[in-house]
Amino acid sequence: MSELTINPGVELRNSRLEIYHFRVRLAIASGFVLFMFFLLFVRFFYLQVVKHDYYTTLAEANRISIVPIVPSRGIIVDRNGVLLANNYSAYTLEITPRKVEDVEALIDDLATVVEITAKDRRRFRKLIEESKSFESLPIRNRLSDEEIARFAANRYRFPGVEINARLFRQYPQGELFSHVVGHIGRINPHEIEQLEEKGLDANYRGTDYIGKVGLEQSYETNLHGTTGVEEVEVDAGGRAVRTLSRSAPVSGNNLVLNLDAGLQEVVYRAFGEYRGALVAIDPNTGGVLAFVSKPGFDPNLFVDGIDPQNWKELNESIDRPMVNRALAGTYPPGSTFKPYMALAALTYGKRRPEQTISDPGGFNFGGHFFRDDKVGGHGMVDMYKSLVVSCDTYYYMLANDLGIDNISTFMQQFGFGSRTDIDITGESRGILPSQKWKMDRFRQKWYAGETISVGIGQGYNSYTPLQLAQAIATLANDGVMYKPHIVNYVEDIVTRKRTVVEPQPARTIDLKPEYLAIVKNALVGVNKEGTGARAFAGAPYVSAGKTGTAQVVAIKQGEKYVESRVAERHRDHALFIAYAPADKPKLAIAVLVENAGFGARAAAPIARQVFDYYLLGKQPTPVKPDDDEAGRD
Amino acid sequence: MIRRITRILTAHIDNQLLVALLLLMGVGLVTIFSGSNQSVPRISSQVANILVALGIMYAFANVPPHYLMRIALPLYVLGVLLLVCVALFGDIVNGARRWLYIGVTRIQPSELMKIAVPLMLAWYFDRYEATLKLKNYIVAVVLLIVPIGLIVRQPDLGTALLISAAGAYVLFLAGLSWRIILGLGIGAAACMPFVWGMMHDYQRQRILTLIDPTQDPLGAGYHTIQSTIAVGSGGIVGKGWLQGTQTHLDFIPERTTDFIFAVFSEEFGLFGNMLLLVLFLLVIGRGVVITANAPTLFTRLFAGAITLTFFTYAFVNMGMVSGILPVVGVPLPLVSYGGTSLVTICLGLGILMSIGTHKKLVQT
Repeated sequence: MSELTINPGVELRNSRLEIYHFRVRLAIASGFVLFMFFLLFVRFFYLQVVKHDYYTTLAEANRISIVPIVPSRGIIVDRNGVLLANNYSAYTLEITPRKVEDVEALIDDLATVVEITAKDRRRFRKLIEESKSFESLPIRNRLSDEEIARFAANRYRFPGVEINARLFRQYPQGELFSHVVGHIGRINPHEIEQLEEKGLDANYRGTDYIGKVGLEQSYETNLHGTTGVEEVEVDAGGRAVRTLSRSAPVSGNNLVLNLDAGLQEVVYRAFGEYRGALVAIDPNTGGVLAFVSKPGFDPNLFVDGIDPQNWKELNESIDRPMVNRALAGTYPPGSTFKPYMALAALTYGKRRPEQTISDPGGFNFGGHFFRDDKVGGHGMVDMYKSLVVSCDTYYYMLANDLGIDNISTFMQQFGFGSRTDIDITGESRGILPSQKWKMDRFRQKWYAGETISVGIGQGYNSYTPLQLAQAIATLANDGVMYKPHIVNYVEDIVTRKRTVVEPQPARTIDLKPEYLAIVKNALVGVNKEGTGARAFAGAPYVSAGKTGTAQVVAIKQGEKYVESRVAERHRDHALFIAYAPADKPKLAIAVLVENAGFGARAAAPIARQVFDYYLLGKQPTPVKPDDDEAGRD
Repeated sequence: MIRRITRILTAHIDNQLLVALLLLMGVGLVTIFSGSNQSVPRISSQVANILVALGIMYAFANVPPHYLMRIALPLYVLGVLLLVCVALFGDIVNGARRWLYIGVTRIQPSELMKIAVPLMLAWYFDRYEATLKLKNYIVAVVLLIVPIGLIVRQPDLGTALLISAAGAYVLFLAGLSWRIILGLGIGAAACMPFVWGMMHDYQRQRILTLIDPTQDPLGAGYHTIQSTIAVGSGGIVGKGWLQGTQTHLDFIPERTTDFIFAVFSEEFGLFGNMLLLVLFLLVIGRGVVITANAPTLFTRLFAGAITLTFFTYAFVNMGMVSGILPVVGVPLPLVSYGGTSLVTICLGLGILMSIGTHKKLVQT
């Protein structure tokens, strides 16, 4: 103590005060501790009481994964149960691009274990471009058992690659039904948008495929079924730990068609090397029994994304196999238009059946000479003869007498120029010319001279083979018209309940029975003693038909069409419409053979084979080219 | 006779502290069992850690505080030298140079500094107790900044912050003037942009993630998001032991170590959390009482630093798991799995017991 007083520079420290100061500071620090712990408590209270529900939801979302169970797609069979589209289960090798750094290198590696062709690679590259990266995409389909075993042994080398069992769509009939049944394909972003708009996206969770064309597309809702849901508990790595709940998927409905696979095949073979279309309809129901557009293509190529090379071949082929000629191709009807013209003439009172005209080999109108097919003309021609020999002059005159608007009003009733609303999409409307049509289309008035060639199915006339088939079916059925439909009924595979498509007639055309009888009698005459007689010689049933030839390129005034001088693709199309048996029609058909020349020669024999097969069960003999010019129309 | 031996053996054991820390260790074992998916090896290994840590605690509880004063300076100098060695020859693990290989094993000198720095500062203030002036505070700050600077460079921001906190507690308790504290506070705020510029990308990322974890839900924010979900979904009573979905489906990372609180909180809920806060407060409260009654400035400062550092560990860890602090590698004291942190904490608590029970001997 004394030292301290001697040394005044050193302040005397009061140890009690010192401790007091320290304890104040310690108290402040303790207060800080309590405050911070209180903050923690507030935070816990906020998380665990105030936001408890929110975080519970998040935890559940972490834990529970909703896995869709894709329903199996309905199958498609013909009227006799022949499979046209079915499913089979197979193993695929799939890559999830997001989990892989270098996809190309991985595929190189994989190729040492499982065979991967250049085609597979191209297809896969295209799939990557079109899809989201977190999806697993197939690099190889239909693995063999050996390949599965080899991959399984090497699996550790390939993270992000897995083998999955999947249902595949298969079209056992190949190109035979490519234009009717259509095909499915991987869902593209545009289709996802459409599904979202319709609110169907939930039902398509997990579904990779959707109908693209044909029945696969138009009956998509029936075929797809209802997606099931499985709730699984997953860990942070996405691995399923256990199943919590499950609702089974409901398989899609099956389609049973009116089509007859046997008939379809007969038609397909009858066409031989020719391109063209044929539609065969049961006039009593509108059911479509054969629907052919040739050439077709193998729809199986499209199921998993077509590879670019095949796509290029199909797309750039001069034969245009992707075009559905029966549905979307439009052609001048040629002389097959004449029966309806005759019926119009009777209905409008412009001709009596026995009324004759003199055919000098053509018709002069306004300084233009409309040639008849036969040089020198057919002489005296009444209505019956006009159809049987297919006299052009008779119909030039008739068209002139009827006028374009009468023609178009009458023809409209038979469905010319309007869609049939068949149960596949992509249908063309065709052109039924009228004054209004020309004004709307070209902003020009109709010239009377343009009516003349309309009378023989040329001019602006342009219809689909389907429309021609519907018209002749309606005529065969005495004016009672059915909407053509390919599907007979939709079958629920669980309840076996059948939903029949289109059982009622669409409309009945008001036609006088005696007029119908006159025209139908003449059509029987065509196949008995006229342009169709050669093709139907010796048939044990009575058939009715009308040949037709449609010009592809216009022939100059005063020049004669000589087939051998015209390039193959510019040759005339051959047409034939027919039904049989004549008294109680069971089948009505329209045949179009592209660039085949006269209808009598190329189209009528195909029709004969169709009727022989359908009515008699007779397998056709190969078509012999008929070079005789006598049967021209 | 036996009672007398027992009394001698347990003379330096603080019962309240012991009960509280054993309870916390028990909570730890229960939670580790759940977090490790009922791994018995994990439990036995942690039991071994606990036994070692308790042994060390017992040993240090019996060491009179003035022995510690003797080793303060050498320990500090050794620590700084080791840190310099780390900077020069250290092994890089996970991108940070924290480990030093010394013949048989690797050590992490920054762990040593958690004790050595507050010890050094307490010793320093005690030495100049009679003549404390501003100059001494400046020296103390320098003593603090040197090791922290070395640790920041490793980089190990979490440890640096904890040691800074320990040093700051000593400075505060040693009576650093309020004006300077205020000035330092303002200065620190002013330095923020500068510090930000010096930070490593991953450190900035952690801070940004704290502000908005959802901006990077699969990356840096993932841990925080998942642990917050675990805490929140625990609710008032929790999902039950072994029933936490976030825990058992692997959504929580580091379930037995740094994020063990998420497991505990998910399974035992708000009630569990309150129990845990109370147990921590028991330890801290007892530490405060020991501190308040400590006989010398050295023991006061050191006991205070140990107590407040213990609090800081607990607060930072729980704050990090519940999403109010950035993710730093700080275990939950006495609860998290791991020998190193257990030993360090128990060593500190042993010293606390020693300070609490040796005062009479010093005073006489």
